[in-house]
Amino acid sequence: MRPLTLLNAKQLDLTLNRLALQLIEVHGDFKDTAIIGIQRTGALFSNALIAKIQQLRPGLEPVQGLLDVTFFRDDFGRRRKPLQAFSTELDFPVEGKKIVLVDDVLYTGRTIRAAMDALISLGRPETVELMVLIDRRFSRQLPIEPTYTGKRVDSIDSQHVAVKWDEKGFKEAILFDKTLDA
Amino acid sequence: MKNLKAEHLLGIRDLAAEDIGIILEWADHFKEIINRPIKKVPTLRDITIANVFFENSTRTRLSFELAQKRLSADVINFSAASSSVKKGETLIDTVNNILAMKVDMVVMRHPEPGAARFLAEHVKSKVINAGDGTHEHPTQALLDAFSLQEKLGDLAGKKIAIVGDITHSRVAISNIHCLIKLGAKVKVCGPTTLIPKHMKSMGVEVSHDLDETLAWCDAVNMLRIQLERQADAFFPSLRDYILRFQLNSERLSMLDKELVILHPGPINRGVEITTEVADSKQSVILDQVENGVAVRMAVIFLLAQQMNRN
Repeated sequence: MRPLTLLNAKQLDLTLNRLALQLIEVHGDFKDTAIIGIQRTGALFSNALIAKIQQLRPGLEPVQGLLDVTFFRDDFGRRRKPLQAFSTELDFPVEGKKIVLVDDVLYTGRTIRAAMDALISLGRPETVELMVLIDRRFSRQLPIEPTYTGKRVDSIDSQHVAVKWDEKGFKEAILFDKTLDA
Repeated sequence: MKNLKAEHLLGIRDLAAEDIGIILEWADHFKEIINRPIKKVPTLRDITIANVFFENSTRTRLSFELAQKRLSADVINFSAASSSVKKGETLIDTVNNILAMKVDMVVMRHPEPGAARFLAEHVKSKVINAGDGTHEHPTQALLDAFSLQEKLGDLAGKKIAIVGDITHSRVAISNIHCLIKLGAKVKVCGPTTLIPKHMKSMGVEVSHDLDETLAWCDAVNMLRIQLERQADAFFPSLRDYILRFQLNSERLSMLDKELVILHPGPINRGVEITTEVADSKQSVILDQVENGVAVRMAVIFLLAQQMNRN
């Protein structure tokens, strides 16, 4: 199968617009809210999301954080590839905050489980919501569902979803067979 | 990010420069973690580690134990004083008995040089050398390199002096190997009797003049005079040693630069270093202790990652 484009740059802009407006609708002035991108690609998505919010509502400055979940994963010693860690950058207390966790692709739910543990090890947020750009539905291994979703796709285990970013921002989201990748 | 090539941490001499780089990079992440309000991550919750100490140690044992606990590993401690070793059990039997209780990794300190390598060859477990006699003390060298990097940046071309008893010091030997692999220039300084002959063949300069050495270097690592390892007298008197090799503020005030000052501890205050210098701004002695936990977390994490849990 040829790689299938799930979202191109134009489509993403529309989707991002909707997601940003949904967040503004719920969180208003973002006074007690923090948007936390999961390292690595979720962090890139959170950058684009915050830029979009500021484009729609100039003057709004949502608090942003980056979260690395490497040490909270449940597959230590069970992966083929060595782990790679990135920095956690949260220069605010999560205690009492309304947290929006942001990731690009939701698949088995294990990363989000690790992210919630990593987050709660830093304090007790008031609420935690989840926003994902692509939801690979019917693939969950844990009972985790997104609060805000960009696009739902049907996929099977032998496929991979990649969201690609270049230095200017978003490029595309594609679905392809892992065998092609190898 | 890559896995370590080494399967155990036995010494720095046989460790690839790339492995040193990987360990120091991970140590950065762990330093961030141990400075969080909650200093613990669940990564190694299904790993059990035995700390087997056949020689006294406070700092190293505590540092290893904290590193293991911060990673959520299960820890058992064993010291020779209270063990069957006194009843005549061999090293391999002792460790195999511990491993039979499903232990994954052994951290060992032993008075015999080469004990860690011997163990790694004979038992099925990851082995970390926490000091083997006068041979090597790899984690100390790694934490010293990490502390130096924090202050000096990339160590390639930097000038590092190691002062004191080089002959009896596993810290000095491991440090020399580590610094040379990272591209630093190394000079050792001390009484003729405490500097082994093979230094020059290792690419290390030798000096017996502390003032000349201080003028040359960017950082100085002051070693402790190890009275417990000296059956013979290697210098005329302690007073003579102090006069020639003590790091004090008069010596530092003659320099037109601020040296970074390290000491692996425990300090003999008033012998190799004065209290004033040990507690000064230039001294990174307590940073070394903090970094020790982060570096040991990195070593344990990386070795544990090689074990297949499937």
